[in-house]
Amino acid sequence: MSLWEYANPKRFMQISAAVLPWVAGFGGVCLAVGLIWGFFGTPEDYRQGATVKIMYLHVPAALLAINGWLMMLAASLIWLIRRHHVSALAARAAAPVGLTMTVIALVTGAIWGQPMWGTWWVWDPRLTSFLILGLFYLGYIALWEAIDDADTAADLTSVLCLVGSVFAILSRYAVLFWNQGLHQGASLSLDKEENVADVFYFPLLLCIAGFVLIFLALVLYRTRTEIRLRRLQALMARDRLL
Amino acid sequence: MIALLRRDLTLAVRAGGGFGLGLAFFLVVVILVPFAVGPDTEILARIAPGVLWLGALLACLLSLDRIFALDWEDGSMDLLATAPLPLEGVVAVKALSHWLTTGLPLTLAAPVLGVLLNLPTPGFAWLVLSLALGTPALSIIGAFGAALTVGLKRGGLLLSLLVLPLYVPTLIFGAEVARRGSEGLELGSPLAFLAGISLGVAALMPYAAAAALRVNLR
Repeated sequence: MSLWEYANPKRFMQISAAVLPWVAGFGGVCLAVGLIWGFFGTPEDYRQGATVKIMYLHVPAALLAINGWLMMLAASLIWLIRRHHVSALAARAAAPVGLTMTVIALVTGAIWGQPMWGTWWVWDPRLTSFLILGLFYLGYIALWEAIDDADTAADLTSVLCLVGSVFAILSRYAVLFWNQGLHQGASLSLDKEENVADVFYFPLLLCIAGFVLIFLALVLYRTRTEIRLRRLQALMARDRLL
Repeated sequence: MIALLRRDLTLAVRAGGGFGLGLAFFLVVVILVPFAVGPDTEILARIAPGVLWLGALLACLLSLDRIFALDWEDGSMDLLATAPLPLEGVVAVKALSHWLTTGLPLTLAAPVLGVLLNLPTPGFAWLVLSLALGTPALSIIGAFGAALTVGLKRGGLLLSLLVLPLYVPTLIFGAEVARRGSEGLELGSPLAFLAGISLGVAALMPYAAAAALRVNLR
């Protein structure tokens, strides 16, 4: 019994079918409770007022935008090394979800930035690197869509994902050259003393858990769709032969 | 390798290989900028390094899909892939010939266009140096993008979408060197980063590009 058994599409379909409703359900509950708690159950910040509450959407979305790319990187590596099709399809399935998360993070950030910084957009290092991350997602998705042959597409996008990761990190540090920027540092971490106040902390954690679970559910769902699509194509190809 | 380089250079210079196209595009971009932002010499002097870098980058982008496309269409790519020269070497030579036919002329033309944009005098040397260091990186990264999209029928637009985010660090450091140079500031660290990027992609990118080519040739 090894981890790689789950790479068998049949086993993957069985297990993901069993797991999917639970993940989605828990995610929905966590997010609903977290958001309601966050929006109605926490006090307003003494300087930022009610706008601080956009944090409950902004922080988890940004977190997942980055980790979604990392997940694609891992899946691409597994595909390149061990040639498990499920892995390539999972990477493909994650890309639009990650792009959506990037857009959510950018849009909520802009909505928050307008009253707080007095501007929708600044060329701040964090904002800029997120924009570039969004471009990488777009290019990745476009390359998947452009290539007809599935295995070729999986190979090429995996290579692009590896190269893109290096350049995404490089851009992240390159834009630091302009200035240190308006965006505040991380307000959440496991090891630092400096966290957001407890009243904000727990609903935020719930929201993050909800976002992570929903991200997982979406990726699983989309991967299942991709596998079914692949099976359908195989069936149709067989029909044409007969 | 040298034979391949000479063949590519000859093909690019003769027979409408698009040799002058990049230069002409560079010229057009730089000439159009004053019409767009107005002829105020102070503003032009401030934005000149960035505009020149941007123009060079776009001109470079224009000719990227030619790196492999012609060889792909007439089947020479298959011959090159089965030749004793490893595919990584082929990619490196192709990128080098692309640089010699676009990056180098752009670098040499940049000071002339700098005059048009009222680039401050101390900036000229640094502009040329930064372009000379940075455009090889553009060519090699572009070769990777071209290798990814070579099998596609309409790869041109996709190529620019893929390559543009990869160009960001080079553009930032290159334009930063040129800007600091023209303002007379200290520029050691961006210059070192620019050189580092060029050397790094020259060492690693041919492997990625060759991997992509092998997949496409399969």
